[in-house]
Amino acid sequence: MKRLPPIAAALVFLSACEREDREFRPSPVAGEGDAAIALSSIAPGPGGTEMRADTGKAYEENAYHLSEGKRLFTWFNCKGCHANGGGGSGPALMDDRWIYGGEFQNIVQSIGEGRPNGMPSFRGKIPDELIMQIAGYVRSMGRHVPMDAAPGRNDDLMPRPSEHRLPSSPAVTGGTVPPSGQAPQ
Amino acid sequence: MRCCRPALLTPPLLLLTACSGWQSSLDPQGPQADLLAGLFWVFTAVLSAVWLLTMTALVVALLRRHPARTEPLELNTRPERGMARTVGAAAALTLVVVVALTVVSYGAQRALFSGGEAPLTLKVKGHQWWWEVTYEDPGPSRQFTTANEIHVPVGQPVHVKLESADVIHSFWVPNLAGKMDAIPGRENRLVIQASKEGVFRGQCTEFCGWQHAHMAITVVAHSLEDFERWRESQISAAEPPDDPVRKRGMQIFLSRPCVMCHQIRGTPAAGKVAPDLTHIGSRLHIAAGTLPNGRGNLAAWIVDPQGIKPGAHMPLIKLNAEEVEPLARYLEGLK
Repeated sequence: MKRLPPIAAALVFLSACEREDREFRPSPVAGEGDAAIALSSIAPGPGGTEMRADTGKAYEENAYHLSEGKRLFTWFNCKGCHANGGGGSGPALMDDRWIYGGEFQNIVQSIGEGRPNGMPSFRGKIPDELIMQIAGYVRSMGRHVPMDAAPGRNDDLMPRPSEHRLPSSPAVTGGTVPPSGQAPQ
Repeated sequence: MRCCRPALLTPPLLLLTACSGWQSSLDPQGPQADLLAGLFWVFTAVLSAVWLLTMTALVVALLRRHPARTEPLELNTRPERGMARTVGAAAALTLVVVVALTVVSYGAQRALFSGGEAPLTLKVKGHQWWWEVTYEDPGPSRQFTTANEIHVPVGQPVHVKLESADVIHSFWVPNLAGKMDAIPGRENRLVIQASKEGVFRGQCTEFCGWQHAHMAITVVAHSLEDFERWRESQISAAEPPDDPVRKRGMQIFLSRPCVMCHQIRGTPAAGKVAPDLTHIGSRLHIAAGTLPNGRGNLAAWIVDPQGIKPGAHMPLIKLNAEEVEPLARYLEGLK
C-alpha cells in the first residue's frame, strides 16, 4: 500500500506526454474541392455561410496547423497586400472588422473564391488543407484561437506582439462591419 | 562459448566497413579532407600510445611488490625522491604532448581556413529539409539555381557560402571537407575540393526538425570539360516538351498548385520557396536524397509526399489518376 502514492504520482506525469497530434497527411482520396466545410456563394457579409461539417476547430486549436499557416502566409505573399495583418492595399486582418465575415468558414471562402476589388481566388492554386491552415492563422491574428496554440515570436522584426501575446478578442459573431462594407455596393 | 565468438566479432568488423565509401571522412578525396584525416590519425596514434603507456604503468604499479611499512610516520626519502622525479617527468611529457597536438591542429586549421582565390563560388542555403544551391557568376545571365546536388570540377578549389532560410543546419560532405554550420542571418564560408572524379554524399549534421535525417546533398566531381558542359546545360532554360504526353504533363504542372512554390525556368512557373525543377530530370535523387530519381519515384513523391517524408513542406496535391503519369513524364524529361 505504501508504494501506491509514488506510482500514482508517476502516472500523473505520464498523462502530460500526449499534447497534440500533428496531422501531416490529409486523406488523399477526396477530390480537390470536396471541402469538409460547405461554403455558400450567396451573399457577402456576416452570417451568410452555410456550415455543415466542421467549424475549423481542428485547424484553429492546433499549434502545428497555425504555424504552418503562418509560414504559408509569407510564402504565398499574403503579406504583399495585407502586410503582417495591419493591412496595406488589402484590408487589415488583425482587427475585428470584416467585410465578408470573420468566422473560419468566411475566411476559407474569401481565400478560396476571392472577393471583389482585388482579392484573387486561390482555389486550385492552394490545396484545401493549406487554405484552412492559412485561415486558422488569419484567425490567430485577432487572437480568436487558444493562447497555447497561437504561434510564438518571430525570428525577424515584427511590428506587433506575436500572436500568442495578443489580448484575446471578444467573440463577435462575424465581427463588426467597417464603413466600406456598410456602403451600398 | 566457442560458437559465439564470430557473433561477438561481427559488430566491430561491421564498423570497419564504414571507413570507406561515398560518405566517410576516413576515405578523404580532397586536400581539405586529407588534412583532417591526417589530423585524425595523428591524434588517434598519439593518444593511443599515451593510453597504452598509462595503462602499462598503472598495471605495473599495481602488481609491484611493496615492502611493508613498519612505522607509519617513518620518513624514507630515497624512494620518494624517485617517485617525485617520475611524476614530474610524466607531467612534463603531458605538457609536451598537449602543446605539440595544439600546434599540429592549429597548423591544419590555418591551412583549411586560409581562403585564397577560387574560380568557382557557390551559395548553399539550408531549408527545412533540402539544400538550395546557387552558382554565382559575375554575369547575371550565367547565374543559376539548383537543389540538393552540387557539381564541381576536379582539382579546383570551390568556395561555398553557407546560409540558412529558417533554422540552423550544418553542411558536411565527409569525403571532401569538415562540417560547417549554416546559420540564419549569417554567411559561413568553406572550401571544398575534389582530387578525383566521383559521387560523394553529404548530410545535414545539425538537428533541424522533423525530417533532418532526410536532408542529404550529393556532390558530383567531374573533369573540367564535363563540368563546363553540365554548367552550360544548367544555365539554359527548360526545353519545351515535344510529345503530346509530356505537353499534357506541362499543362498539368502549370495549372496546378505546383507553380505556387516551384520554378521551371522557361515556363511561367516562378515559385521561389521550393526546389528549382528546371533540370530535375538530370539529378541523381529527389526529395533531398530520399529517393533515387526516376519516373516511378517522381510519381510516388507527387502522389504521397507526406507518406514518404512526413512533415515536409511539399503538400499533398490531389490529382486525378490519369494526370499523374504525364506529370511524372514531364518532370523526368527535364534534363
